[in-house]
Amino acid sequence: MQLERPQTRTYGQPEGLLHLEKHTAEAGATQRAPRSVSIPQNTGDRIFSLLTMGFAASVLAALGLMLGILFYQGWLSIHTNGFSFITGTTWAPAANLYGAAPSILGTLYTSALALILAGIVGVFVSIFLTEIAPLRIRFTLGLLVELLGAVPSIVYGLWAFLVLVPIVRQYIQPPLVDHFGNTPFFSGYPLGLGIFTATLILAVMILPTIAAISRDVIAAVPNQQREAMLALGATRWETTWKVIIPYARSGIIGALLLGLGRAVGETMAVTMVIGNNQSISPSLFGLSTTMPATIVNQFTEATGALYRSSLIEIALILMGVTVILNAAARLLVWSVTRKFKV
Amino acid sequence: MGEPVKADAVSAWYGKRLAIRDVTMSIEPNKVTAIIGPSGCGKSTFLRSINRMHEVIPGARVGGDIWVGTENVYGDGVDPVKIRAHIGMVFQRPNPFPTMSIYDNVAAGPRLSGSIKKRAQLDALVEESLRQSALWDEVKDRLKDPATGLSGGQQQRLCIARALAMKPGVILLDEPSSALDPIASFKIEELLNDLKGEYTVVIVTHNMQQAARIADFTAFMLAGSDFVGELVEKDATGQIFSNPRDKRTEDYISGRFG
Repeated sequence: MQLERPQTRTYGQPEGLLHLEKHTAEAGATQRAPRSVSIPQNTGDRIFSLLTMGFAASVLAALGLMLGILFYQGWLSIHTNGFSFITGTTWAPAANLYGAAPSILGTLYTSALALILAGIVGVFVSIFLTEIAPLRIRFTLGLLVELLGAVPSIVYGLWAFLVLVPIVRQYIQPPLVDHFGNTPFFSGYPLGLGIFTATLILAVMILPTIAAISRDVIAAVPNQQREAMLALGATRWETTWKVIIPYARSGIIGALLLGLGRAVGETMAVTMVIGNNQSISPSLFGLSTTMPATIVNQFTEATGALYRSSLIEIALILMGVTVILNAAARLLVWSVTRKFKV
Repeated sequence: MGEPVKADAVSAWYGKRLAIRDVTMSIEPNKVTAIIGPSGCGKSTFLRSINRMHEVIPGARVGGDIWVGTENVYGDGVDPVKIRAHIGMVFQRPNPFPTMSIYDNVAAGPRLSGSIKKRAQLDALVEESLRQSALWDEVKDRLKDPATGLSGGQQQRLCIARALAMKPGVILLDEPSSALDPIASFKIEELLNDLKGEYTVVIVTHNMQQAARIADFTAFMLAGSDFVGELVEKDATGQIFSNPRDKRTEDYISGRFG
Protein backbone atom coordinates (compact mmCIF):
# COMPACT_ATOMS: atom_id res chain seq x y z
CA MET A 1 0.00 0.00 0.00
CA GLN A 2 1.21 3.43 -0.94
CA LEU A 3 1.66 6.09 1.69
CA GLU A 4 -0.25 9.24 0.94
CA ARG A 5 1.81 11.71 2.82
CA PRO A 6 1.71 15.12 1.19
CA GLN A 7 5.25 16.42 0.79
CA THR A 8 4.49 20.09 0.41
CA ARG A 9 2.08 21.87 2.67
CA THR A 10 0.10 24.95 1.87
CA TYR A 11 -0.45 27.05 4.94
CA GLY A 12 -2.70 29.70 3.52
CA GLN A 13 -5.90 28.05 2.40
CA PRO A 14 -7.35 29.22 -0.90
CA GLU A 15 -10.15 31.72 -0.32
CA GLY A 16 -12.61 29.49 -2.08
CA LEU A 17 -12.18 26.65 0.36
CA LEU A 18 -12.53 28.84 3.41
CA HIS A 19 -15.63 30.32 1.96
CA LEU A 20 -17.08 26.89 1.35
CA GLU A 21 -16.45 25.79 4.90
CA LYS A 22 -18.15 28.85 6.30
CA HIS A 23 -20.98 28.63 3.88
CA THR A 24 -21.89 25.05 4.70
CA ALA A 25 -21.90 25.80 8.40
CA GLU A 26 -24.25 28.71 7.94
CA ALA A 27 -26.55 26.79 5.68
CA GLY A 28 -26.84 24.03 8.26
CA ALA A 29 -27.78 26.50 10.95
CA THR A 30 -30.40 28.44 9.08
CA GLN A 31 -32.06 25.80 6.98
CA ARG A 32 -35.54 25.57 8.42
CA ALA A 33 -38.50 24.78 6.26
CA PRO A 34 -41.38 27.19 6.91
CA ARG A 35 -44.33 25.33 8.38
CA SER A 36 -47.58 25.50 6.60
CA VAL A 37 -50.61 26.64 8.60
CA SER A 38 -53.14 26.47 5.83
CA ILE A 39 -56.19 24.21 6.12
CA PRO A 40 -55.55 21.00 4.17
CA GLN A 41 -57.83 19.93 1.32
CA ASN A 42 -58.35 16.35 2.42
CA THR A 43 -61.65 16.03 4.32
CA GLY A 44 -60.33 13.93 7.18
CA ASP A 45 -57.35 16.20 7.75
CA ARG A 46 -59.63 19.19 7.45
CA ILE A 47 -61.83 17.99 10.28
CA PHE A 48 -58.76 17.06 12.29
CA SER A 49 -57.13 20.45 11.92
CA LEU A 50 -60.36 22.31 12.68
CA LEU A 51 -60.85 20.13 15.74
CA THR A 52 -57.39 20.86 17.13
CA MET A 53 -57.81 24.52 16.28
CA GLY A 54 -61.10 24.57 18.16
CA PHE A 55 -59.59 23.06 21.28
CA ALA A 56 -56.68 25.45 21.09
CA ALA A 57 -59.11 28.34 20.84
CA SER A 58 -60.97 27.11 23.94
CA VAL A 59 -57.81 27.80 25.96
CA LEU A 60 -57.90 31.40 24.82
CA ALA A 61 -61.61 31.60 25.49
CA ALA A 62 -61.19 30.29 29.04
CA LEU A 63 -58.50 32.85 29.76
CA GLY A 64 -60.58 35.65 28.26
CA LEU A 65 -63.70 34.65 30.18
CA MET A 66 -61.76 34.43 33.42
CA LEU A 67 -60.29 37.88 33.02
CA GLY A 68 -63.63 39.26 31.89
CA ILE A 69 -65.54 37.90 34.90
CA LEU A 70 -62.87 39.09 37.34
CA PHE A 71 -62.99 42.56 35.81
CA TYR A 72 -66.78 42.61 35.72
CA GLN A 73 -67.26 41.43 39.29
CA GLY A 74 -64.35 43.41 40.63
CA TRP A 75 -65.36 46.61 38.89
CA LEU A 76 -67.32 47.90 41.91
CA SER A 77 -64.18 47.62 44.02
CA ILE A 78 -61.90 49.07 41.34
CA HIS A 79 -64.28 51.99 40.91
CA THR A 80 -64.97 52.63 44.61
CA ASN A 81 -61.63 51.87 46.24
CA GLY A 82 -59.48 53.27 43.46
CA PHE A 83 -55.73 53.08 43.65
CA SER A 84 -55.73 53.08 47.45
CA PHE A 85 -56.84 49.47 47.22
CA ILE A 86 -53.26 48.54 46.40
CA THR A 87 -51.51 51.05 48.66
CA GLY A 88 -53.92 50.97 51.60
CA THR A 89 -52.70 49.07 54.64
CA THR A 90 -56.00 48.75 56.49
CA TRP A 91 -58.35 45.94 55.65
CA ALA A 92 -61.48 46.53 57.72
CA PRO A 93 -64.65 45.43 55.92
CA ALA A 94 -66.78 46.48 58.88
CA ALA A 95 -65.60 50.06 58.39
CA ASN A 96 -65.74 49.73 54.59
CA LEU A 97 -61.96 50.10 54.40
CA TYR A 98 -60.32 47.91 51.82
CA GLY A 99 -56.54 48.16 51.68
CA ALA A 100 -55.00 45.03 50.17
CA ALA A 101 -51.36 45.93 50.78
CA PRO A 102 -50.96 43.39 53.64
CA SER A 103 -52.15 40.56 51.39
CA ILE A 104 -50.07 41.67 48.41
CA LEU A 105 -46.89 42.22 50.41
CA GLY A 106 -47.49 39.02 52.38
CA THR A 107 -47.65 37.06 49.14
CA LEU A 108 -44.52 38.67 47.72
CA TYR A 109 -42.60 38.32 50.99
CA THR A 110 -43.37 34.66 51.63
CA SER A 111 -42.99 33.67 47.98
CA ALA A 112 -39.65 35.43 47.56
CA LEU A 113 -38.21 33.90 50.71
CA ALA A 114 -39.52 30.45 49.80
CA LEU A 115 -38.04 30.81 46.33
CA ILE A 116 -34.60 31.67 47.69
CA LEU A 117 -34.71 28.77 50.14
CA ALA A 118 -36.14 26.17 47.77
CA GLY A 119 -34.07 27.50 44.87
CA ILE A 120 -30.77 26.91 46.62
CA VAL A 121 -31.77 23.52 48.02
CA GLY A 122 -33.52 22.46 44.82
CA VAL A 123 -30.56 23.20 42.55
CA PHE A 124 -28.22 21.32 44.90
CA VAL A 125 -30.62 18.36 45.00
CA SER A 126 -30.76 18.31 41.22
CA ILE A 127 -26.96 18.46 40.98
CA PHE A 128 -26.72 15.56 43.41
CA LEU A 129 -29.28 13.58 41.42
CA THR A 130 -27.53 14.09 38.08
CA GLU A 131 -23.83 14.47 38.83
CA ILE A 132 -22.97 12.93 42.17
CA ALA A 133 -25.33 10.15 43.23
CA PRO A 134 -24.74 6.52 42.21
CA LEU A 135 -27.12 5.34 39.50
CA ARG A 136 -29.37 3.33 41.81
CA ILE A 137 -29.88 6.22 44.21
CA ARG A 138 -30.55 8.61 41.33
CA PHE A 139 -33.60 6.69 40.25
CA THR A 140 -35.09 6.06 43.70
CA LEU A 141 -34.46 9.52 45.06
CA GLY A 142 -35.70 11.06 41.83
CA LEU A 143 -38.97 9.16 42.18
CA LEU A 144 -39.33 10.29 45.79
CA VAL A 145 -38.75 13.92 44.81
CA GLU A 146 -41.46 13.65 42.18
CA LEU A 147 -43.76 11.96 44.68
CA LEU A 148 -43.22 14.86 47.07
CA GLY A 149 -44.53 17.13 44.35
CA ALA A 150 -47.72 15.11 44.04
CA VAL A 151 -48.73 15.43 47.72
CA PRO A 152 -51.96 17.50 47.97
CA SER A 153 -51.42 20.90 49.53
CA ILE A 154 -53.93 20.31 52.33
CA VAL A 155 -51.74 17.42 53.52
CA TYR A 156 -48.76 19.77 53.56
CA GLY A 157 -50.89 22.25 55.48
CA LEU A 158 -51.88 19.71 58.13
CA TRP A 159 -48.31 18.53 58.48
CA ALA A 160 -47.12 22.11 58.81
CA PHE A 161 -49.73 22.86 61.44
CA LEU A 162 -49.21 19.69 63.48
CA VAL A 163 -45.45 19.24 63.13
CA LEU A 164 -43.74 22.34 61.82
CA VAL A 165 -45.52 24.87 64.02
CA PRO A 166 -44.60 23.18 67.33
CA ILE A 167 -41.00 22.68 66.19
CA VAL A 168 -40.65 26.32 65.18
CA ARG A 169 -42.32 27.45 68.42
CA GLN A 170 -40.13 25.35 70.69
CA TYR A 171 -36.78 24.95 69.01
CA ILE A 172 -36.26 27.48 66.26
CA GLN A 173 -37.96 30.68 67.25
CA PRO A 174 -36.74 31.11 70.88
CA PRO A 175 -32.99 30.99 70.11
CA LEU A 176 -33.39 33.23 67.06
CA VAL A 177 -35.40 35.76 69.06
CA ASP A 178 -32.85 35.58 71.90
CA HIS A 179 -29.93 36.34 69.64
CA PHE A 180 -31.41 38.51 66.93
CA GLY A 181 -34.59 39.76 68.61
CA ASN A 182 -33.39 43.35 68.51
CA THR A 183 -33.39 43.37 64.70
CA PRO A 184 -36.74 43.99 63.02
CA PHE A 185 -36.64 40.62 61.26
CA PHE A 186 -36.64 38.30 64.25
CA SER A 187 -38.88 39.95 66.81
CA GLY A 188 -42.18 38.53 67.95
CA TYR A 189 -43.93 36.20 70.36
CA PRO A 190 -43.11 32.52 70.03
CA LEU A 191 -46.38 31.40 68.50
CA GLY A 192 -44.95 29.09 65.88
CA LEU A 193 -47.36 30.55 63.38
CA GLY A 194 -46.45 33.32 60.98
CA ILE A 195 -44.38 34.25 57.96
CA PHE A 196 -41.40 32.08 58.92
CA THR A 197 -43.43 28.87 59.11
CA ALA A 198 -45.42 29.75 55.99
CA THR A 199 -42.16 30.32 54.13
CA LEU A 200 -40.79 26.98 55.29
CA ILE A 201 -43.84 25.01 54.17
CA LEU A 202 -43.95 26.91 50.88
CA ALA A 203 -40.31 26.08 50.31
CA VAL A 204 -40.96 22.40 51.00
CA MET A 205 -43.90 22.46 48.60
CA ILE A 206 -42.11 24.09 45.68
CA LEU A 207 -38.85 22.20 46.22
CA PRO A 208 -39.97 19.12 44.23
CA THR A 209 -40.99 21.27 41.27
CA ILE A 210 -37.66 23.09 41.20
CA ALA A 211 -35.56 20.00 41.87
CA ALA A 212 -37.33 17.74 39.37
CA ILE A 213 -37.27 20.20 36.49
CA SER A 214 -33.70 21.33 37.21
CA ARG A 215 -32.68 17.69 37.28
CA ASP A 216 -34.20 17.15 33.85
CA VAL A 217 -32.51 20.18 32.29
CA ILE A 218 -29.16 19.37 33.90
CA ALA A 219 -29.42 15.77 32.74
CA ALA A 220 -30.01 17.10 29.23
CA VAL A 221 -26.64 18.89 29.17
CA PRO A 222 -24.55 16.93 26.65
CA ASN A 223 -22.00 14.63 28.23
CA GLN A 224 -19.35 16.08 25.89
CA GLN A 225 -19.56 19.31 27.84
CA ARG A 226 -18.76 17.57 31.12
CA GLU A 227 -15.94 15.60 29.55
CA ALA A 228 -14.45 18.68 27.89
CA MET A 229 -14.18 20.44 31.23
CA LEU A 230 -13.01 17.38 33.19
CA ALA A 231 -10.31 16.74 30.57
CA LEU A 232 -8.97 20.25 31.20
CA GLY A 233 -8.28 19.24 34.78
CA ALA A 234 -11.46 20.57 36.36
CA THR A 235 -12.96 19.09 39.50
CA ARG A 236 -16.60 17.98 39.60
CA TRP A 237 -17.38 21.17 41.49
CA GLU A 238 -15.74 23.38 38.84
CA THR A 239 -17.35 21.45 36.01
CA THR A 240 -20.75 21.85 37.59
CA TRP A 241 -20.56 25.59 38.24
CA LYS A 242 -18.58 26.74 35.22
CA VAL A 243 -20.05 24.56 32.51
CA ILE A 244 -23.14 22.58 33.47
CA ILE A 245 -25.15 25.22 35.34
CA PRO A 246 -24.39 27.93 32.74
CA TYR A 247 -25.43 25.53 29.99
CA ALA A 248 -28.69 24.71 31.77
CA ARG A 249 -29.35 28.22 33.02
CA SER A 250 -32.45 29.05 31.02
CA GLY A 251 -34.07 25.77 32.03
CA ILE A 252 -33.19 26.34 35.68
CA ILE A 253 -34.70 29.81 35.54
CA GLY A 254 -37.80 28.18 34.12
CA ALA A 255 -37.85 25.70 37.01
CA LEU A 256 -37.52 28.53 39.53
CA LEU A 257 -40.33 30.39 37.81
CA LEU A 258 -42.67 27.40 37.99
CA GLY A 259 -41.84 27.05 41.67
CA LEU A 260 -42.49 30.72 42.24
CA GLY A 261 -45.80 30.46 40.41
CA ARG A 262 -46.84 27.66 42.72
CA ALA A 263 -45.73 29.63 45.80
CA VAL A 264 -47.64 32.75 44.79
CA GLY A 265 -50.86 30.87 44.21
CA GLU A 266 -50.60 28.43 47.10
CA THR A 267 -53.60 28.76 49.39
CA MET A 268 -54.44 26.03 51.86
CA ALA A 269 -51.11 25.24 53.46
CA VAL A 270 -50.27 28.91 53.88
CA THR A 271 -53.68 29.75 55.32
CA MET A 272 -53.23 27.14 57.99
CA VAL A 273 -49.97 28.50 59.37
CA ILE A 274 -49.52 32.17 58.47
CA GLY A 275 -51.91 33.47 61.12
CA ASN A 276 -54.28 35.29 58.77
CA ASN A 277 -53.66 38.69 60.23
CA GLN A 278 -54.24 41.75 58.05
CA SER A 279 -50.99 43.42 58.92
CA ILE A 280 -47.68 44.10 57.27
CA SER A 281 -44.86 42.48 59.20
CA PRO A 282 -41.18 42.79 58.42
CA SER A 283 -40.49 40.25 61.16
CA LEU A 284 -40.32 36.61 60.09
CA PHE A 285 -42.21 35.68 63.23
CA GLY A 286 -45.01 38.16 62.68
CA LEU A 287 -48.47 37.05 61.65
CA SER A 288 -49.58 38.11 58.21
CA THR A 289 -51.67 36.99 55.28
CA THR A 290 -51.42 36.44 51.57
CA MET A 291 -53.76 37.16 48.69
CA PRO A 292 -55.08 33.60 48.33
CA ALA A 293 -55.33 33.25 52.12
CA THR A 294 -57.41 36.42 52.41
CA ILE A 295 -59.76 35.30 49.66
CA VAL A 296 -60.29 31.78 50.97
CA ASN A 297 -60.78 32.95 54.54
CA GLN A 298 -63.23 35.69 53.85
CA PHE A 299 -65.14 34.78 50.72
CA THR A 300 -67.90 32.84 52.48
CA GLU A 301 -68.52 35.65 54.94
CA ALA A 302 -68.29 38.49 52.44
CA THR A 303 -71.81 39.83 52.77
CA GLY A 304 -71.75 43.27 51.20
CA ALA A 305 -71.40 43.80 47.45
CA LEU A 306 -68.29 45.92 47.89
CA TYR A 307 -66.71 43.39 50.27
CA ARG A 308 -67.24 40.62 47.73
CA SER A 309 -66.05 42.77 44.85
CA SER A 310 -62.91 43.71 46.79
CA LEU A 311 -61.99 40.06 47.26
CA ILE A 312 -62.46 39.53 43.54
CA GLU A 313 -60.16 42.46 42.83
CA ILE A 314 -57.53 40.73 44.96
CA ALA A 315 -57.90 37.72 42.68
CA LEU A 316 -57.42 40.01 39.71
CA ILE A 317 -54.25 41.45 41.23
CA LEU A 318 -53.03 37.93 42.00
CA MET A 319 -53.47 37.06 38.37
CA GLY A 320 -51.68 40.25 37.36
CA VAL A 321 -48.76 39.43 39.65
CA THR A 322 -48.32 36.00 38.08
CA VAL A 323 -48.43 37.51 34.60
CA ILE A 324 -45.80 40.09 35.57
CA LEU A 325 -43.58 37.41 37.13
CA ASN A 326 -43.87 35.31 33.98
CA ALA A 327 -42.97 38.23 31.78
CA ALA A 328 -40.06 39.15 34.02
CA ALA A 329 -38.72 35.61 33.94
CA ARG A 330 -38.95 35.49 30.16
CA LEU A 331 -37.11 38.78 29.97
CA LEU A 332 -34.45 37.36 32.27
CA VAL A 333 -34.02 34.25 30.12
CA TRP A 334 -33.85 36.40 27.02
CA SER A 335 -31.26 38.72 28.47
CA VAL A 336 -28.92 35.98 29.71
CA THR A 337 -29.12 33.91 26.54
CA ARG A 338 -29.18 36.81 24.08
CA LYS A 339 -25.51 36.62 23.14
CA PHE A 340 -24.54 33.12 24.17
CA LYS A 341 -27.42 31.01 22.95
CA VAL A 342 -27.74 27.47 24.18
CA MET B 1 8.43 19.37 24.99
CA GLY B 2 6.52 16.21 24.32
CA GLU B 3 6.67 13.39 26.82
CA PRO B 4 6.86 9.66 26.17
CA VAL B 5 3.95 7.43 27.20
CA LYS B 6 4.44 3.86 28.33
CA ALA B 7 1.47 1.61 28.93
CA ASP B 8 2.18 -1.54 30.88
CA ALA B 9 -0.44 -4.33 30.84
CA VAL B 10 -3.39 -1.96 30.74
CA SER B 11 -6.82 -3.50 31.04
CA ALA B 12 -10.06 -1.54 31.27
CA TRP B 13 -13.53 -2.49 32.38
CA TYR B 14 -17.01 -1.05 32.01
CA GLY B 15 -18.66 -2.45 35.10
CA LYS B 16 -18.06 -6.19 34.84
CA ARG B 17 -17.34 -6.15 31.12
CA LEU B 18 -13.68 -6.25 30.14
CA ALA B 19 -13.11 -3.89 27.21
CA ILE B 20 -9.35 -4.07 26.65
CA ARG B 21 -6.84 -6.61 27.91
CA ASP B 22 -3.15 -6.24 28.71
CA VAL B 23 -2.27 -3.47 26.31
CA THR B 24 1.45 -2.79 26.52
CA MET B 25 2.65 -0.05 24.26
CA SER B 26 5.27 2.65 24.30
CA ILE B 27 4.56 5.90 22.56
CA GLU B 28 7.51 7.99 21.37
CA PRO B 29 7.73 11.64 22.36
CA ASN B 30 7.29 14.33 19.70
CA LYS B 31 5.82 11.91 17.22
CA VAL B 32 2.32 11.33 15.93
CA THR B 33 1.07 7.90 16.93
CA ALA B 34 -2.18 6.68 15.42
CA ILE B 35 -4.31 3.94 16.96
CA ILE B 36 -6.45 2.21 14.35
CA GLY B 37 -8.85 -0.67 14.45
CA PRO B 38 -12.49 -1.56 13.78
CA SER B 39 -15.34 -0.25 15.93
CA GLY B 40 -15.44 -1.77 19.38
CA CYS B 41 -11.76 -2.71 19.46
CA GLY B 42 -11.17 -0.53 22.52
CA LYS B 43 -8.98 2.12 20.87
CA SER B 44 -10.93 5.00 22.43
CA THR B 45 -11.04 3.22 25.76
CA PHE B 46 -7.26 2.88 25.72
CA LEU B 47 -6.86 6.55 24.78
CA ARG B 48 -9.13 7.61 27.62
CA SER B 49 -7.17 5.46 30.04
CA ILE B 50 -4.05 7.54 29.41
CA ASN B 51 -5.48 10.69 31.02
CA ARG B 52 -7.77 8.86 33.44
CA MET B 53 -10.92 9.95 31.63
CA HIS B 54 -12.08 6.35 31.38
CA GLU B 55 -13.00 6.24 35.06
CA VAL B 56 -15.32 9.24 34.66
CA ILE B 57 -17.94 6.81 33.38
CA PRO B 58 -19.79 5.29 36.37
CA GLY B 59 -18.54 1.77 37.06
CA ALA B 60 -15.54 2.04 34.74
CA ARG B 61 -12.06 1.17 35.98
CA VAL B 62 -8.54 0.53 34.74
CA GLY B 63 -5.85 -1.99 35.71
CA GLY B 64 -2.15 -1.78 34.94
CA ASP B 65 0.20 1.19 34.81
CA ILE B 66 0.72 4.05 32.42
CA TRP B 67 3.75 6.27 32.65
CA VAL B 68 3.55 9.73 31.15
CA GLY B 69 7.02 11.23 31.30
CA THR B 70 8.33 9.94 34.59
CA GLU B 71 5.03 9.82 36.45
CA ASN B 72 2.84 6.77 36.84
CA VAL B 73 -0.66 7.99 36.04
CA TYR B 74 -2.11 5.14 38.09
CA GLY B 75 0.35 5.44 40.94
CA ASP B 76 -0.82 5.53 44.56
CA GLY B 77 -2.26 8.84 45.63
CA VAL B 78 -2.09 10.38 42.16
CA ASP B 79 -4.82 12.96 41.69
CA PRO B 80 -6.61 12.34 38.36
CA VAL B 81 -7.49 16.04 38.17
CA LYS B 82 -3.78 16.93 38.02
CA ILE B 83 -3.13 14.23 35.43
CA ARG B 84 -5.88 15.56 33.18
CA ALA B 85 -4.56 19.10 33.48
CA HIS B 86 -1.24 17.86 32.16
CA ILE B 87 -2.60 15.84 29.22
CA GLY B 88 -4.67 17.55 26.54
CA MET B 89 -7.69 15.83 25.06
CA VAL B 90 -9.74 16.54 21.95
CA PHE B 91 -12.99 14.72 21.34
CA GLN B 92 -14.82 13.31 18.36
CA ARG B 93 -17.37 16.10 18.12
CA PRO B 94 -16.25 19.69 18.59
CA ASN B 95 -17.39 20.61 22.09
CA PRO B 96 -16.60 24.26 22.82
CA PHE B 97 -18.39 25.73 25.81
CA PRO B 98 -21.36 27.53 24.27
CA THR B 99 -21.82 29.97 27.15
CA MET B 100 -18.26 31.24 26.77
CA SER B 101 -16.60 33.46 24.20
CA ILE B 102 -13.80 32.25 21.94
CA TYR B 103 -11.29 33.86 24.29
CA ASP B 104 -12.86 32.36 27.42
CA ASN B 105 -12.90 28.90 25.88
CA VAL B 106 -9.15 28.98 25.39
CA ALA B 107 -8.61 30.59 28.79
CA ALA B 108 -10.83 28.05 30.60
CA GLY B 109 -8.02 25.65 31.46
CA PRO B 110 -5.42 28.19 32.64
CA ARG B 111 -8.10 29.89 34.74
CA LEU B 112 -8.84 26.59 36.46
CA SER B 113 -5.27 26.01 37.48
CA GLY B 114 -4.94 29.65 38.51
CA SER B 115 -1.32 29.64 37.40
CA ILE B 116 -1.68 32.85 35.45
CA LYS B 117 -2.54 35.97 37.36
CA LYS B 118 -1.87 38.82 34.98
CA ARG B 119 -4.31 39.66 32.24
CA ALA B 120 -1.54 40.39 29.75
CA GLN B 121 0.00 36.96 30.32
CA LEU B 122 -3.35 35.29 29.74
CA ASP B 123 -3.85 37.36 26.58
CA ALA B 124 -0.48 36.21 25.32
CA LEU B 125 -1.20 32.57 26.14
CA VAL B 126 -4.58 32.69 24.38
CA GLU B 127 -2.98 34.21 21.30
CA GLU B 128 -0.15 31.68 21.30
CA SER B 129 -2.56 28.76 21.63
CA LEU B 130 -4.81 30.08 18.87
CA ARG B 131 -1.80 30.62 16.61
CA GLN B 132 -0.59 27.08 17.28
CA SER B 133 -3.97 25.72 16.31
CA ALA B 134 -3.95 27.86 13.14
CA LEU B 135 -7.08 29.70 14.17
CA TRP B 136 -5.73 33.09 15.24
CA ASP B 137 -6.07 34.87 11.92
CA GLU B 138 -9.66 33.75 11.59
CA VAL B 139 -10.81 34.81 15.05
CA LYS B 140 -8.49 37.59 16.24
CA ASP B 141 -11.10 40.27 15.56
CA ARG B 142 -13.91 38.49 17.33
CA LEU B 143 -12.42 36.94 20.43
CA LYS B 144 -15.40 38.12 22.47
CA ASP B 145 -17.94 36.43 20.20
CA PRO B 146 -19.62 33.16 21.18
CA ALA B 147 -17.58 30.09 20.29
CA THR B 148 -20.64 28.44 18.79
CA GLY B 149 -20.66 31.02 16.00
CA LEU B 150 -17.65 29.28 14.45
CA SER B 151 -17.91 26.56 11.82
CA GLY B 152 -17.46 22.93 12.82
CA GLY B 153 -13.85 22.81 11.70
CA GLN B 154 -13.03 26.08 13.44
CA GLN B 155 -14.72 24.81 16.60
CA GLN B 156 -12.55 21.72 16.56
CA ARG B 157 -9.40 23.81 16.15
CA LEU B 158 -10.66 25.95 19.03
CA CYS B 159 -10.91 22.79 21.11
CA ILE B 160 -7.32 21.98 20.18
CA ALA B 161 -6.28 25.51 21.21
CA ARG B 162 -8.14 25.00 24.49
CA ALA B 163 -6.10 21.85 25.12
CA LEU B 164 -2.82 23.51 24.07
CA ALA B 165 -3.34 26.39 26.50
CA MET B 166 -2.67 23.94 29.33
CA LYS B 167 0.85 23.36 27.95
CA PRO B 168 0.35 19.60 28.01
CA GLY B 169 3.11 17.06 27.49
CA VAL B 170 0.79 14.82 25.48
CA ILE B 171 -2.25 15.53 23.33
CA LEU B 172 -4.85 12.80 22.90
CA LEU B 173 -7.28 13.07 20.01
CA ASP B 174 -10.28 10.78 19.78
CA GLU B 175 -11.31 10.68 16.11
CA PRO B 176 -11.00 14.47 15.95
CA SER B 177 -12.02 14.87 12.33
CA SER B 178 -14.68 12.20 11.91
CA ALA B 179 -17.45 14.77 12.37
CA LEU B 180 -15.89 17.25 9.95
CA ASP B 181 -16.01 17.78 6.22
CA PRO B 182 -12.91 16.85 4.16
CA ILE B 183 -11.50 20.38 4.03
CA ALA B 184 -11.79 20.98 7.75
CA SER B 185 -10.43 17.50 8.28
CA PHE B 186 -7.41 18.27 6.12
CA LYS B 187 -6.64 21.36 8.17
CA ILE B 188 -6.67 19.33 11.37
CA GLU B 189 -4.24 16.84 9.85
CA GLU B 190 -1.89 19.63 8.80
CA LEU B 191 -2.09 21.04 12.27
CA LEU B 192 -1.18 17.75 13.97
CA ASN B 193 1.98 17.53 11.90
CA ASP B 194 2.99 20.98 13.15
CA LEU B 195 2.15 20.17 16.74
CA LYS B 196 4.45 17.20 17.11
CA GLY B 197 7.40 19.58 17.30
CA GLU B 198 6.28 20.53 20.78
CA TYR B 199 3.94 17.79 21.88
CA THR B 200 3.49 14.05 21.79
CA VAL B 201 0.41 13.41 19.68
CA VAL B 202 -1.76 10.31 20.01
CA ILE B 203 -4.71 10.06 17.66
CA VAL B 204 -7.44 7.46 17.48
CA THR B 205 -8.89 7.15 14.02
CA HIS B 206 -10.96 4.66 12.10
CA ASN B 207 -9.72 6.22 8.88
CA MET B 208 -6.71 4.24 7.73
CA GLN B 209 -5.77 6.77 5.05
CA GLN B 210 -5.64 9.42 7.73
CA ALA B 211 -3.32 7.29 9.83
CA ALA B 212 -1.12 6.66 6.79
CA ARG B 213 -0.96 10.37 5.99
CA ILE B 214 -0.17 11.81 9.40
CA ALA B 215 1.21 9.18 11.75
CA ASP B 216 4.84 8.34 12.37
CA PHE B 217 3.80 5.22 14.24
CA THR B 218 0.64 3.21 13.99
CA ALA B 219 -0.84 0.79 16.49
CA PHE B 220 -3.47 -1.72 15.41
CA MET B 221 -6.01 -2.91 17.95
CA LEU B 222 -8.56 -5.64 17.48
CA ALA B 223 -11.24 -7.34 19.53
CA GLY B 224 -11.24 -11.11 19.34
CA SER B 225 -14.23 -13.45 19.51
CA ASP B 226 -14.64 -12.58 23.20
CA PHE B 227 -15.13 -8.89 22.26
CA VAL B 228 -12.13 -7.85 24.35
CA GLY B 229 -9.78 -5.47 22.57
CA GLU B 230 -6.07 -6.20 22.38
CA LEU B 231 -3.06 -4.60 20.78
CA VAL B 232 -2.09 -6.62 17.72
CA GLU B 233 1.02 -4.70 16.81
CA LYS B 234 2.58 -1.28 16.80
CA ASP B 235 5.29 -0.19 14.42
CA ALA B 236 6.43 2.59 12.13
CA THR B 237 3.50 3.57 9.95
CA GLY B 238 5.28 2.60 6.74
CA GLN B 239 6.00 -0.83 8.17
CA ILE B 240 2.41 -1.39 9.29
CA PHE B 241 0.95 -0.45 5.96
CA SER B 242 3.49 -2.09 3.68
CA ASN B 243 4.77 -5.06 5.61
CA PRO B 244 2.80 -5.89 8.76
CA ARG B 245 4.05 -8.71 10.92
CA ASP B 246 0.63 -10.01 11.92
CA LYS B 247 -1.78 -11.61 9.48
CA ARG B 248 -4.74 -9.85 11.15
CA THR B 249 -3.20 -6.45 10.53
CA GLU B 250 -2.71 -7.29 6.89
CA ASP B 251 -6.32 -8.47 6.60
CA TYR B 252 -7.57 -5.27 8.18
CA ILE B 253 -5.55 -2.77 6.18
CA SER B 254 -6.25 -4.60 2.95
CA GLY B 255 -9.96 -4.20 3.71
CA ARG B 256 -10.86 -7.83 4.31
CA PHE B 257 -12.84 -6.88 7.41
CA GLY B 258 -13.63 -3.91 9.63
